Amino acid sequence: MILVLCEATTTEEGDEVLAVPSRQALTLARDLPGASAGVAAVVVDDGEVDVDEVAEDAGRYGAELVYSLEHDLFARYGPETWGAALVAAISEAGATVVVAAGTDRGGEVLAHAAARLDLPLVANVTEVRSDGEAWDLERVRWGGSLLESARLESDCKLVSMLPHAVDAVALDEPEEPELVEFEVELDESLARSCVVDEVVTSTGMSLATAPVVVGGGRGVGSAEGFAQLEQLARLLGGAVGCSRVATNNGWRPHRDQVGQTGTAIAPTVYIACGISGAIQHWSGARSAKHVLAINTDPEANMVQKANWAVIGDLHQFVPALVEAIRAR
Amino acid sequence: MRILVCVKRVPIPGARIPVTADGMAVDDALLGHTMSPHEECAVEGAVQLVEAHGGESVVLTLGSADADEQLRYAVSMGVDKGVLVETDGGDWDPQRTATALVAAIRTLEDEGGPFDLVLFGNESADAGGFQVGIRVATALGRPIVQGIKDVEFGGEVADGSVRVQRPTGSASERYELPLPACLGVREGLNLPRYPTMRGRLQARRAEVASTAAHDVGPGGQSLLALQSPPEQVSTTEIVGAGPEGVDRVIEVLTELKVLS
Repeated sequence: MILVLCEATTTEEGDEVLAVPSRQALTLARDLPGASAGVAAVVVDDGEVDVDEVAEDAGRYGAELVYSLEHDLFARYGPETWGAALVAAISEAGATVVVAAGTDRGGEVLAHAAARLDLPLVANVTEVRSDGEAWDLERVRWGGSLLESARLESDCKLVSMLPHAVDAVALDEPEEPELVEFEVELDESLARSCVVDEVVTSTGMSLATAPVVVGGGRGVGSAEGFAQLEQLARLLGGAVGCSRVATNNGWRPHRDQVGQTGTAIAPTVYIACGISGAIQHWSGARSAKHVLAINTDPEANMVQKANWAVIGDLHQFVPALVEAIRAR
Repeated sequence: MRILVCVKRVPIPGARIPVTADGMAVDDALLGHTMSPHEECAVEGAVQLVEAHGGESVVLTLGSADADEQLRYAVSMGVDKGVLVETDGGDWDPQRTATALVAAIRTLEDEGGPFDLVLFGNESADAGGFQVGIRVATALGRPIVQGIKDVEFGGEVADGSVRVQRPTGSASERYELPLPACLGVREGLNLPRYPTMRGRLQARRAEVASTAAHDVGPGGQSLLALQSPPEQVSTTEIVGAGPEGVDRVIEVLTELKVLS
């Protein structure tokens, strides 16, 4: 049996479905060695999620069985309670493979399960091959800037999948999965690491999902220099991002940082202004569909990676562009 | 209060990450080294906590003798002591790493008393396994939350708990962990200081303890090969920097339907 830890989300229409990375994880799980013994989704019932609706969606992506984990402590997320619950589900299902999407929660909960079971866990996997007991996997290091082939030898194999490594594909003729409500026994002391409360921090456009990102780096030169970039972003309906140099100099808050240790972006176009394009930054920008670089250095890595490049001073070009767009 | 920070020595890559001829390691012969960015914030956090509440901070690394450089850097930022848990410098899997760290932490606690907080980076910059901190915390029986970007290191520590936050897109989750606790912190927690000249001189003279790693041998995950991702082949169209360039960029943005 393959278990897939799933996270639910609510669509704009108010439907409760699996989050896209969870659908991708189920899609990957269907093709894994051992899938013939069945694929089961695991959802944690927080008392608010519509388990029936989510189970139906899990069925569309290949789950034959859905475990709904039940406990009073699940009303609030907790890495330890969820990790211990996943361990209980693994035992209940007799799972030999456990998959989670490598999201903040998915990766964290799977790591807690791995720690409790003292089993190996391979993180951010993109591909699995097997010709026997051991698995050969492809995974990413350095935020995707280096690829690793790894071997996994374990009776129960735990892998987190790099989000978007595979596309989510629904079954042509899905069957309604069997829903199993599973009352988990938990050590109440694990409540120590449950969420106390949540505060809304931002209602603006999210950098991760912005259709246009205007990024600034060392070449911007100052906090004030970003005003031009903000004007351009506003005109294009986008968000402002920055490189690590800009946050380290205190020009921008860290939440604006695009990169391996910041936010990963995937806009239609990334306008990179005065950014050299070091590994750290490019790791977060590589999913941009198109790149326009504005840089004085024609040899800059970002220029090499760009579809279009303006070799010149951003402090002259960006205001001219803003003015021309306004004049249209 | 006593705080331990676990850091990892990693190379500083430029535009590409060079791999050795046998494909088993990053060829770092020509690269500088640093600690992972998340961990630099963990070090800064530990120094600030001790400045505010008194006590002692210790930095620990598992790695080759070369990692002495990262320990001394942490000392130059204001950490009190460095501890090298020495290995052959090979690529250790997460289970093997965590087991050695747990043994080293237990020894340090036997000698100098328990740590109120053990800080880790959310993930290492190179291997990115997202699990060593969680494995160590679990083995020690202490709570851990990953992704911490805001720590209210304020007066709350005195009451035996620490309040932390982690952003989740448009919101922030708040946790209140009883001490002793572990945290996986992310860059953005603070802005790490540049070491002062005095700090650098102190670090040069500081005593760094060294001990052989407790080695249980490889776990179930092993490295087969490393490889650079295929170059994304893109031909770059050079656009003029003058008015004709502005026109061309507007044309491109219109084609991409970013401008209507």
